[in-house]
Formats: sequence, C-alpha cells, structure tokens
Amino acid sequence: MADLTTDFLGIKSPNPFWLASAPPTDKEYNVRRAFEAGWGGVVWKTLGEAGPPVVNVSGPRYGAIHGPDRRLLGLNNIELITDRPLEVNLEEIARVKADYPDRALVVSLMVPYDEKAWQEILARVEETNADGVELNFGCPHGMAERGMGSAVGQVPEYVEQITRWVKKHYQRPCIVKLTPNITNILAPARAAKNGGADAVSLINTINSITSVDLDNMAPEPTIDGMGTHGGYCGPAVKPIAMNMVAEIARSPDTAGLPISGIGGVTTWRDAAEFMALGAGNVQVCTAAMTYGFKVVQELISGLSQWMDEKGYGSTADFVGAAVPKVTDWQNLNLDYVTKAEIDQDLCIKCGRCYAACEDTSHQAIAMGEDRTFTVKDEECVACNLCVNVCPVEGCITMRELRPGELDPRTGMTIPEDKRTWLQHPNNPGADPLACIVRGQ
Amino acid sequence: MANFADLHPPLSDHEALVAADRCYFCHDAPCMEACPTTIDIPLFIRQIATHTPEAAARTILTQNILGGMCARVCPVETLCEEACVRMSAEEQPVEIGRLQRFATDRLMAAGPQPFERAASTGKRIAVIGAGPAGLSCAHRLAMYGHEVTVYDARSKPGGLNEFGIASYKAVDGFAAREVEWLLGIGGITLELGKALGKDLSLDALTEEYDAVFLGLGLTDTNKLGIPGEELEGVVDAVDWIADLRQAEDLSTVPVGNDVVVIGGGMTAIDAAVQAKLLGAESVTLAYRRRREDMPASRFEQDLAASKGICLLFNATPAEIRGEGAVAEIEFTRTGTDARFTLTADQVMKAIGQKLGAALGLETDGRKIAVDGTGRTSREGVWAGGDCASGGEDLTVTAVAEGRDAAEDIHAKLMGEG
Repeated sequence: MADLTTDFLGIKSPNPFWLASAPPTDKEYNVRRAFEAGWGGVVWKTLGEAGPPVVNVSGPRYGAIHGPDRRLLGLNNIELITDRPLEVNLEEIARVKADYPDRALVVSLMVPYDEKAWQEILARVEETNADGVELNFGCPHGMAERGMGSAVGQVPEYVEQITRWVKKHYQRPCIVKLTPNITNILAPARAAKNGGADAVSLINTINSITSVDLDNMAPEPTIDGMGTHGGYCGPAVKPIAMNMVAEIARSPDTAGLPISGIGGVTTWRDAAEFMALGAGNVQVCTAAMTYGFKVVQELISGLSQWMDEKGYGSTADFVGAAVPKVTDWQNLNLDYVTKAEIDQDLCIKCGRCYAACEDTSHQAIAMGEDRTFTVKDEECVACNLCVNVCPVEGCITMRELRPGELDPRTGMTIPEDKRTWLQHPNNPGADPLACIVRGQ
Repeated sequence: MANFADLHPPLSDHEALVAADRCYFCHDAPCMEACPTTIDIPLFIRQIATHTPEAAARTILTQNILGGMCARVCPVETLCEEACVRMSAEEQPVEIGRLQRFATDRLMAAGPQPFERAASTGKRIAVIGAGPAGLSCAHRLAMYGHEVTVYDARSKPGGLNEFGIASYKAVDGFAAREVEWLLGIGGITLELGKALGKDLSLDALTEEYDAVFLGLGLTDTNKLGIPGEELEGVVDAVDWIADLRQAEDLSTVPVGNDVVVIGGGMTAIDAAVQAKLLGAESVTLAYRRRREDMPASRFEQDLAASKGICLLFNATPAEIRGEGAVAEIEFTRTGTDARFTLTADQVMKAIGQKLGAALGLETDGRKIAVDGTGRTSREGVWAGGDCASGGEDLTVTAVAEGRDAAEDIHAKLMGEG
C-alpha cells in the first residue's frame, strides 16, 4: 500500500484528505467523528472575535443543483462563521488536538481589518496547540457585508497587510484562503505570498443563486420571502477551482507557493487531479455533507490503489506532476489531429452522438438504415462532443493520426514536427520564414 | 379482490422521477418507431422528469387518445420497451409503459380530456363499434368538428377494453371511465345495443352519413372441429372473460376445478390466469405448436407460469369426452401419433376469432381489406382495428388505425384527399 502520509508546511497528517472549514468542522462532536472515520485533518470552522457570536438565519441555509437521480452536483449556503462562543470553540480545539496528535488541526479565522483584533485571537489560538491557522478571505455572503471574508480577499492590499500581521504575531504556519470571486486569482495569491503566507488554499465558495421559487418569485434558499446570494461549492465548481490552482502553480511569481486544493473534491480521482495540478493536499466539504464522513474510506483506498499502480511511493511523488503540461492556448500543436471512433460492439444505438454532431457541430456522424452510427473522417474536426454526450463510457474514443497519415478533412499529411499558432501562416504575427521552411 | 389487483401497480411520484431519469432522449428514438401510434416517448418522459406530467400526457394523447388503456395493456415487452436502447446497454428498459400510465393517470385525475373541438363542419360520420378503433376514430373526427354517431351492439361501450382485457390489467372500471372521459370532447353520440346486420345496414348508413368507419372487431370464434365440442363445460374464452369482466360478484363466475385452455395467444393467457385466480385447482394451457411459435409474449407466458399454470406445447386437441358435461380431453403430440389425456371439467377455447360478416366488402385473408389509410373497397367506407387487414390485433394498433382513418376521412370530406 502506498504511503499517504502528507507533510504540508510541516504539518503531518496520515493522509492528504482534510475537511474544509465549514459546517462539518464546527464543533468537537463532528470533528471527533471525522477523525474516527479516518480524515487526515480538519480546518476548524471559522472563529470570529470574542464577544456575542454571530447570528445565523433560522430558515433554510442551503440551495442545491441536482443531476440525474438527484445527485447533488452543486450546493450553496448562506451560513456565516461559527455562531458558537469563541471560548467554547477554543476549549474544544485544545481537547481534540490533545486527543488526536497525529491529525492536522488548523483553525480558520476571520476578524475585522485591525491588527489588534488579529493579534488577540492569534494569541488565543496559539494556546490551543493547533497546527496552524487559515485566514478566511473568501466567505462571499454576510460577513463580506461587514468588511470581512471576500471583502478582504478581493483587495490584494488587505490580503497582504493582514497576512503580515498574522505572520508577525503567530509562529505556526499561516494559510491564506482565497476567494474565486475575482477576475484574476493571481493578484490575491501574489499578495498573500508577499505578506509572507506559508500557503494559499482555494477556492472558497462562488457567489451564486442556485434556484428561484417560481411560486413566490424569490431566490432560494428563501428566508421569509426574500433571498440573497450564497457561496457555491460541490462537484460543479471543481473545474473552476482546478484552473485557479493551476494558474497559481504555473505562474512564475507564485510557483512553488504551497497550495491546499479545495472545490468539489468528491472522489480519490478528484483529489489526485488537484494534487497533480500542484495542490499538496485537498480539503473536502460537500462530499462529506452529502454522504457523511465515511466517504474518506474510498478516497484513501482509491488514491492508494492508483499510487500503487503508478508506482508512486508518496504523495510528494506526483504533486504538481501535471503543472508543466498546463500552458497557454497559443502553445498547442495545431498539426495534432485526432478522429472520433465509435466502438460498434459497445454502441447501444441511442443516436445522441448523431443528434449532437448533426444539429450543433460538424455533421461528421452518419446514421445508417439500421441505426449504425459511423464517423465521417472527412468532416470530423475532433471536437470531442460525441465522446462527451455518449452515455456509454469508452464507446467513442479519439484516435490520434500519426505523422505521415492523411487527414481526409484538410487533405494535409500529418507532419513530423509541430506547429503552434506562433508559427501558423494564418497568424499575422507569425514568422514567415517558419512557413517557407515547411514549404507553405 | 386482491387476486385481481393491478398487474403493474402505478408508479409513485418518486418512482416516476427515478424511472424517467433513465431515458437517454435518443435521437429518432427506436421506442417511438416501435410504437404503433408513434408516441414521442423521449419527449413525454422528459416532460415527466421536469415535473410536467400533464404536458407529458398531452404528448401521449395527441398520438393515442387511449394512451391510458394502452399504458396498461400494451405488450410493451414486444413493442417500445423491447426497442429501448437500455436493452442493449443493460437489458433493463426504461419503464415506458408505467411512465405513460403515470402521466395519463395524472392528467385524467386532474380533469376532462384536454382537446377542443374545431368549429362544426356539418359533416356526419357513423362509427360502427365502440372499441379502441371506433373510439379513437370518433374522437379525432369530433376534434375536427364533425358530428359522430358511434353504434355498438353491446349494452356498454369500450369493446375489448371493457369486455376482453384481463381484469387485472384495467382495474377499478378504468375502461368505462376512459370512455366517459374521451366522450367529454363532445360531438359524439353513442347508440348502444345496435348491431350491424340486425338493427343497421351498411347501405342505409352510407346513405345517411357522409362517411362510415367500421371498427367491428372479430365477433365470431374459431371452432376446434373435434368430437365433444358441444359438451357442457366447453366454452369460448372470450365469452367467459366478457362474463367475468361484467360480473358484479366474481364468486358467481363459473370456473372448473380442472381447467384446460386451448390456444396460445393473449386471450388464452388471460383466460388461464383468471381461471386460476378465481380458484381453479389446476389450469393447463395447451398450445398445438412450439413455445417459440406462441403468439403470447414470453412475459405473458412467465406471468401464467408464475400463477401456477402448466404450459403445454405441441399438444393438438383430438377429442373431448364426458357424460353430458366435459370430463376429459385427449390430445395428440403434434405431428405424431402419441396420445395423452387430461382430466378437465372446463375447457376454454381460445384459438382465435374471426370476422362475423364481410358485408359485401373485399377481404384480405380473414379480414376486411383496407389500404394504408383504412379505405375499404366501398366508397365512403373505412375500416380499422381487428376487423381490418394489416397490423397486429392489439389495442394500440386499433387506436392507430382508427386515428389514421379519421385523418383520411377528414381530408376526404374537406376536399383535401
């Protein structure tokens, strides 16, 4: 069995699966259950200042997007940070950490933009012996209206300043949690790095309205006839999160900054993908909220099996392995050609590939009298839509044309070398010599 | 009576959503092609999945006004569900029949039939037979604004839906409710207890009406032609089922202890299963050919077997014996001289039905010859359903033929055909 032990900023955990700061980590009872179930670590739900705790709504907090069979694809929430007294949380954190010294326990924090406020709470956290802190600069609802959460995360100067204060007053690792509600994730990532952050974690939730009650004409979740935007998470946000993780991992000025990957991790494969894009570990919330803490068993067994199959001895062996393959569009090989192929033995003749291609793409699939569907290589641009709409996994695949093969669509013979947009004759800015050399 | 409860119970809301979820919304869907009424199945299932079962029902009923009954009685295992691509994928089709019932039940419970009559055309059409073909034809004609009179020899409308279908396929008087609901469109007058050849003549009808549609069904039954057929206790299965369907009290329906049903079609299965459900000790279904030749689907065969009915193949009836009443029946092994005898105090004949009278019309085999739009050899006379040539003898086929004949009658009368 592969060794899943992870060292993230010097914080050791038996596996790279942490529970994100969220309802599942709001109190001792839940966190103990999580550790008993096998989670490698938790980020305790965000603590606020001492004094009267925040007040949550007492109507519905969550909205949802469902896929087939009511699979939960996306969840949004309008819950605030912990609404339990600071003292209670701190006592519980200390107790749990003492009982589970091998697990990671990081404390999420959110206090006003004021050095003293940060200094005070950091001192209290230090007393709990927690492994580190995560700065919640991401919450997009409620707290943002009070100048915290994403209101901070959207202003790189604030991110940098608070990070500096934290590093000044706290000795253990500091993770800065980023909001995706921003045009370029690199700006707050750079700010965090400049402020001295040990790592960034992302993404926090996305501003969203998941549904509208068409009887009452109000967004859902609806509180006494009114609704507000919530933070969106779950499988639906994974592609957005992975792109942001990859951008930070590959950008020269942020590359190397440790990343804790968050956003729709549901299976071991999701975790492996985030980690391949540069995340040193992953944080999970919606999968646990949907299926309970037991899902970690599949995350562990699946990642172990895959690592064994690939010969990876530890998670560090593949973290960031896909980062060099993430590039800009202009660097893609425009002479690379594939063609769709339909496995007639697997085909169930539903015709969805045909409808998709005929109606919305390139008319590259032929439908025979007996509902035999075949690809017209002379029309196929290899868009992959047929692969994506086919209900049978592995039925439609893409065959790569080898150098020397003719592409019947363009009449071009696949060359040995590659040509990107930078060399392409249609690019007004390309080097004309490159084309002449190729005989074009 | 619990024995006669719904064969396929209705889907709950949750079950319907789960079942609807499995539809792939195929292009040019094979299920749709396999439906004699060409219902847009992927569309109606998507409408169920998006919480608009009433819209789904309209999709169904536009093609098949008896979609409620067809959802109950169609041999879906040989039609839409056999064609479902999920059969190739995992041999578990989308439950099209039960979904169709879900949608149509919902709409029928909510109110009247949903179609409106066009302005009156002043044209009058006689429909003979208030079975599936006749009702389908009448509804479509009424929708176009014609005045329709439906004649039927029986005292109740519905045809085989009311008198022929096994009772566990159409519980709670569904057939009668559906007819009443269908007639809600207006413009249709029902004349019951009037038989063609007795109370009515085709000549007079063609004289009086602008068009005539014949949906007579098959009113005569085939005979075994063997000794002992006249003995007491030897009955026609269709008559026995009709009596059962109309019985106020099922315990009064005469059923033997040792019942032998002769035949291999749906009527034979329906009779055998219901005889068993009524308390017959042993029921044997004897078919003269091989299992693979049997017209009843494998699903129907398995249904019979699951009720404890003995299915006998390659058994040709040779002689029925008894003192006044049937006591036993002797068979030969089909194609051989081997003989065997079964004890029987009731023998039900279900070896097919035939046209009562051809009414001077050209025939094709045993049936009234019609072209693709239901026109017979006589000008102004259309025919459809079991009495007409073409298609299988199924409720859904009759509905399609009645509907298509109505379209052709309308086109003809309005000068378009």
